[in-house]
Amino acid sequence: MNGSMIDSIYLASAVCFILSLIWLNTVKTSSRGVIVGVVGMLLAVVGTLLQPSIEHYLWLAIAIVIGSIIGVPLAMMPMTAVPQRTALSHAFGALAVTLVGSAEYYLRYASLAVFDMSTLCLEVFLGSLTFTASLMAAGKLQEILPSRPVTYKGQNIVNLGMFGVALVIGVFIVLNPAGSLAIKILFPAMIVLCMVFGVALILPIGGADMPTVISLLNSYAGLSASMMGFVLNNKLLIIAGALDGSSGLILSIIMCKAMNRSFMNVLFGAFGQVQASNAALAQRAYRSAGAEEAAELLRTASKVMIVPGYGMAVAQAQHKVRELFDMLSGQGIDVRFAIHPVAGRMPGHMNVLLAEAEIPYDKLVEMDNANSDLPQVDISLIIGANDVTNPAARYDKTSPIYGMPILDVDKSRMVMVIKRSMNPGFAGIDNELYYMDKTLMLFGDAKAFLTELVKELSSNR
Amino acid sequence: MSPEIMSNIFVFVLATFVGMQVIQRVSPLLHTPLMSLTNAISAISVVGSLVISGKGETLLSTVLGTVAVCASMINIVGGYLITYRMVKMFKKRSPKKS
Repeated sequence: MNGSMIDSIYLASAVCFILSLIWLNTVKTSSRGVIVGVVGMLLAVVGTLLQPSIEHYLWLAIAIVIGSIIGVPLAMMPMTAVPQRTALSHAFGALAVTLVGSAEYYLRYASLAVFDMSTLCLEVFLGSLTFTASLMAAGKLQEILPSRPVTYKGQNIVNLGMFGVALVIGVFIVLNPAGSLAIKILFPAMIVLCMVFGVALILPIGGADMPTVISLLNSYAGLSASMMGFVLNNKLLIIAGALDGSSGLILSIIMCKAMNRSFMNVLFGAFGQVQASNAALAQRAYRSAGAEEAAELLRTASKVMIVPGYGMAVAQAQHKVRELFDMLSGQGIDVRFAIHPVAGRMPGHMNVLLAEAEIPYDKLVEMDNANSDLPQVDISLIIGANDVTNPAARYDKTSPIYGMPILDVDKSRMVMVIKRSMNPGFAGIDNELYYMDKTLMLFGDAKAFLTELVKELSSNR
Repeated sequence: MSPEIMSNIFVFVLATFVGMQVIQRVSPLLHTPLMSLTNAISAISVVGSLVISGKGETLLSTVLGTVAVCASMINIVGGYLITYRMVKMFKKRSPKKS
């Protein structure tokens, strides 16, 4: 098959990818979006296999079969595990890019021009650091690795130093790609250094920052695929990589805005270390109640806003939340869900969990709309969310989360918080909300407490 | 700079703009499926992997390429399948019109 035929197939594939993203805009058209995305990928693979330069099909077939067999169980993971699964797939993507870049270098180092060599270096650079960084992120999310930030003195200097050295090595390779020093030592050294840098980059990242970091890694993975397109002179790769890169970039900007922080601050700020002043605060008085009292109060409400957070995911409580939703809705109470953009561990995490529990998506309210409704809400029920409800973000300039947009649950008539204990949450910041007069603490595991709550609501009416 | 490189840069810049425009319109409701889908799309690196592996020029390039094909296939199959599962979940109990 000739070149322009293959190019037409690639063009059709690129159009499919763009349509796929357009149709993902709304729930209604989203499954069509996925299907056209699959068509785009099939076209890309078929177009590539038709290239005359491809001669050995056996290994390809084996690799395709093995990859598909591993891919299926990764797609069947429960929705609570989606953040780590996503991080893992960023790692696979970055691995592929790094391997192809390396193979390409060792095949063509004698004939690569400066521009091609620069993009190749950038491809391998981004690919290898994204590979280990994503593995680290997945490990932290799966809690194989400690999910609290790991910090030490001079960390930023060490990290920036590594980055700088890797960059200098990259420049050396670009200037003299065919030298034996570059081939034997510098190129492998750059990869290793970038991999170590990837690990070091994620060490100080805490769970609350994961949504931003995952988005950023998504962007890197896309960008490196785009760079591969430059090296191979393949426009389809450039387009698809750029789409992924811009998507990751936009998501990370949204996440940063939702936390009122900058990229630099997320990557080098080591958010989430326990504040020293907590001990004093924890002695303050608060009100608590059991399931029976909570059920009694909920029954008298007419508007309830549920605020889910990562705690709901950890406790796997989304199906119990759905039972509560059905129970309250059945009694004529208006129940909705306020979703903070950074609730959970990746963008949209809460929405997917609630969708899994079959809660209608028109009941999920974005932050701005939720905040204009909250003053009219009778009871805000917080399930496993903490920092995103902390009113200190509005007025306490000394708080690490000062300036972060929050859900103004303190403006509703009453607040209920389901929480294991008074221990401060993930970011280690005490929450003013818990000591307010209108707040009722409901202690217990989210799932267990909700089970009891639903039982109370269904029995004595 | 060769015209080929220039046209590639054109494509890259324009595709980034298209991406920005399209992604900004995606409802926050669907941000998780969006990330899964773009992840599957970025497995387009399978194209490069297939070429490297299929040419079979040296042992090193064939091995690296084959592993890369495998890694890309994991993302293609896993990525599209889980995205499809997710969007189906959103649809299952679509809002009632009452």
